[in-house]
Amino acid sequence: MISIGLDIGSVAAKGVMLAGDRSFKVVLPTGWSPRDAGHNIIEHLLDVSGIRRSEINAIVVTGYGRVALDEADKAVTEISCHARGIAEFYPEVRTIIDIGGQDSKVIRINEKGKVVDFAMNDKCAAGTGRFLQVMANTLGMDVSELSVAEIVEEKVTINSMCTVFAESEIVSLMARGVSKGGIIAGIHESVARRVAAMAKRVGIKEKVAFTGGVALNAGIRRALGRELGCDIIIPDVCQFTGALGAALLGFES
Amino acid sequence: MSNVELKDFTSIREVNLLRIKEAKEQGGKVVGVYCTYCPQELILAAGAIPVGLCGTKEEPIAAAEEVLPRNLCPLIKSSYGFAATDTCPFFHFSDVIIGETTCDGKKKMFEIMQEIKPVHVMQLPHLKDSEAGLELWIKELHRLKKFLEEKLEVDIKDEAIWKAIDTVNAETRAAKDICDLNQMDPPPLSGLELLTVTWSRSFTADKNEVTNMLETFKKRLLEKKVNRPRPRARVLLTGCPVGLGTEKVIRITEELGAAVVAMENCSGYKTLELLTSQEFDDPIVALAHKYIEIPCSCMSPNAYRLELIGRMIDDFKADAVIDLTWQACHTYNIEAYAVEKMVKGKGIPYLHLESDYSNSDLESLKIRIEALLEMVTG
Repeated sequence: MISIGLDIGSVAAKGVMLAGDRSFKVVLPTGWSPRDAGHNIIEHLLDVSGIRRSEINAIVVTGYGRVALDEADKAVTEISCHARGIAEFYPEVRTIIDIGGQDSKVIRINEKGKVVDFAMNDKCAAGTGRFLQVMANTLGMDVSELSVAEIVEEKVTINSMCTVFAESEIVSLMARGVSKGGIIAGIHESVARRVAAMAKRVGIKEKVAFTGGVALNAGIRRALGRELGCDIIIPDVCQFTGALGAALLGFES
Repeated sequence: MSNVELKDFTSIREVNLLRIKEAKEQGGKVVGVYCTYCPQELILAAGAIPVGLCGTKEEPIAAAEEVLPRNLCPLIKSSYGFAATDTCPFFHFSDVIIGETTCDGKKKMFEIMQEIKPVHVMQLPHLKDSEAGLELWIKELHRLKKFLEEKLEVDIKDEAIWKAIDTVNAETRAAKDICDLNQMDPPPLSGLELLTVTWSRSFTADKNEVTNMLETFKKRLLEKKVNRPRPRARVLLTGCPVGLGTEKVIRITEELGAAVVAMENCSGYKTLELLTSQEFDDPIVALAHKYIEIPCSCMSPNAYRLELIGRMIDDFKADAVIDLTWQACHTYNIEAYAVEKMVKGKGIPYLHLESDYSNSDLESLKIRIEALLEMVTG
C-alpha cells in the first residue's frame, strides 16, 4: 500500500510518501495558491519515487490549505496529524509543541497517540514563525540565520507581544547599539515564553516533542527548553511531522 | 393550530412586528427587554407587550464604537448600535426599556442609552445565596412594578401577576419540551433549527400563541419520522448568548457533520427548568425566587450552572462540550475554568472558544472545532 501525506502550511508545503519500506519527502514554498502547492508536491513525490499516480492508494492532506486540494481523499487537522506522526516514532511523547508559520499549538496525547487536549494561539502572530520572519527582516537577515547569530550572554528582553510593536522595539534597540546577537536571543526568548505559557495552561506532561518549521531554529529550541524546564525531543524531520502523520492516517482510512 | 413548521418560527419576528405596530396604533404599550432576568410577568400583568430587542448582529457595531470602547463585548455594542441607529424595529416601538446590572459593560451602556429612550435598570444582586441578595431582588421587583405602573399608567394587580405567571410557566414548559426532544438519537432538530425556535420566541407579541405553536410543533416532530443521518458527534454548546446572526459556531460545527443537540445559554436551556412556584402568598416574592436562580455567570458562586451542564451532558448524551465566550465577557471567560474542569472530569472533550460577531476568525474556529470532533471520532 502506498500513501501520500501533505501538510500545506502558510509558508511551506510539505509532502511525505510512504511506499513499503521506502519513504520520500519534499518541501516547497506554498506561495499564493495552496492548491497548486499541493499539486506540485504530489508531482515531485511521483518524480523522485518513480511511482505512478495509479499506484497511490491514499492521499491525506492537512494544514491550512487542506480544504483547497481536490486530489485528496481526506482532510484532517494538523492537530491529529502531528499526534499521529509523533506517536509512530516517539511513543513516549505526551506533549507536542508545534510552531508553524502562522500558528502555534500545544497538543497532549495519550499512550495510544490519541489527542486528549490541545490549545492554539489566538488571532495574533506572537509566538509563531511569522513573528520570527518579521524580526529577521528588521535585522536584515534571513530567518534561517537567526540561531547561528544568537548571543545568549547579551540577551535583552523584548517586551512587546504585538509583532508590529516588537519590530519598532527592535529598531530602537539597534539604534541604541545593542548587539544583534543579544536582540536575537531576546526574540527567541519572547517566542518561547509565549508558547510555554500556552503549554502550561494545557498542562505539560513529559516527554515533550517540538515540531513544525520553527523547531529547525536551535535558538528557539534552547529557549523553549529553559522556559519549560525539561528536555525536548526534536524529531529528525521536525518540519515533516504533520505530513508524515497524514500519510500514516492514509493507511488507516 | 393544525400545523406548525419551522418557517413559522423563522417568521415570528416579521409577523409580530406588524402586530406590535397595530397594537401601538391602538394605544397599546410595548416594553423592550434585553435579558432573561427581566420578569416579563410584570409587563404582561401591566397589560403591555414584552418584546426581545436586537443585539445579535454585527452590522450596527461600527456605529456603536463611535460612542463605546472597541474592547467591549459585542453583545453590548450590537445592542447599543441597533438602538442608536434606530435599526431595531422592536426598540423603535418600545415605550420603555428594561435593563439589568448583569455586568459592568451593560450597566454603563444603559446610562448612555437613556439619551435615546427611558431605560429602567434593575440592580441584580450577584451573591444570590445571601439573604440580603434575595431581599434586594424582591425590592428591585417592587421598584420595577412601580416604574411600570407610573410609565404605563396602570395599576398592576396581584391576580393579574398570578395569571401572567401561569402564562409564562406554560410557555417555559413548552419550550423545554421542544429542547428535550433532542435527547433522541438522531436528534429531530439541528442546532440551527433549535436556535431558530428558542431564540425567535422572545419576539412574539402573544405568549399564549407561541405556547400553542411550540406544543403543536412538538406533536408534529414526534409524528414525523426523523430520516436525517446520525451525527458525527453530539455537541453541547454553553457560554454567552447566541442568536440568529451570531450562530457561526453552531453553523461550523454542523457543517463538519456534528450536531449541536442542546444549548445551555440565555435563549436556550439555561432558564427552562425554572418555573415560578405558586406556593408563595406574594407573587412578587414568587417571581424573585425564580429569577434569582438563573445560572448566569454574573452570579457568584454559580453552582447551578455546573450542575445543569453536567446533567445536560448525560441527558443529551453529549460527546463534547463547546464553551463560547464573546470577547471581553469576563465572567463567562473566567467561569470557563470551572466548566472545563467539570466537563473533563466526566471524561468528555471540552473546547473553549473566544470570539466576536465578525467573520474574521471563521478559519481558526473551524480548525479548533474540527480537531475537537476528531478527538471524539478518532
